[in-house]
Amino acid sequence: MQSNLYDYLPILLMFIVAGGFVGGTMFVTHKLGPQIKSKIKLDTFECGIESQGNARIPFSIKYFLVAILFVLFDVEVIFMYPWAVNFKELGLFGFIEMLTFMGFLLLGFFYILKKGALKWE
Amino acid sequence: MMIKYIFYFLAFVSVFSALMVVVSKNPVHCVLYLIMCFFSIAGHYVLLNAQFLAAVHVIVYAGAIMVLFLFVIMLLNLNTQSEPHKSTWLKFAAAITSGLLLVILVGTLKGSETMVMPVGNPNAGLIKNLGNTLFKDFLLPFEVSSILFLVAMVGAVMLGKKEIK
Repeated sequence: MQSNLYDYLPILLMFIVAGGFVGGTMFVTHKLGPQIKSKIKLDTFECGIESQGNARIPFSIKYFLVAILFVLFDVEVIFMYPWAVNFKELGLFGFIEMLTFMGFLLLGFFYILKKGALKWE
Repeated sequence: MMIKYIFYFLAFVSVFSALMVVVSKNPVHCVLYLIMCFFSIAGHYVLLNAQFLAAVHVIVYAGAIMVLFLFVIMLLNLNTQSEPHKSTWLKFAAAITSGLLLVILVGTLKGSETMVMPVGNPNAGLIKNLGNTLFKDFLLPFEVSSILFLVAMVGAVMLGKKEIK
């Protein structure tokens, strides 16, 4: 474990670059641009029209449905990573195994399509 | 021993962010602290030689599940003025149930004092070895999980979709 700690250096570097980019851009935009602060400038606006009401209004459950179905298929795809890496080693048995797994999920997918859960109307 | 210090740092971050999830008044702040908690737990996975699990944890939990949490917060319409009033009895019941859960957790962990970090094979959590174990030794749980997915899909559609007229 101790020796392969250096293997994580690229990942650490990536995190530093990602964090640095966010922090850097925020710092630069706040420091470099001219700053005029007035009541009208700092007002929230929406396409030039005065904003009305609260942003926290309950919205359609369809967004949630799409998101939860996405998560399910996302997890499904993750199961395919270890299978794809070992594809040759597992052979036909692994292939059938995966077909069964995908078969159940496709059943669910057709159920979703038939029920029209992804239709926006 | 550098790993020890990394562990203490990660443990501090995860406990702190988990506490902040509970303590924060603003639900969106809670979600942001939860993301922090998930990332630190992914760090723990790496320390336990479960590298693939760490990556999956970041992709699924910090990526997808958090979007769901935000959606739920938006769906619940949590404004400060519309915050439902919680009765004393409800608070009392919540305190008892969570206290019992704490007792169970402490009792379980007390028995595993001698548990040590597995240091055997540092490559055990790599994707190739994981796949070999998953598709050979844990074949049935893997196939059963597909039925779990099916149930989750049907449940989500049943709850979230109005019947087509």
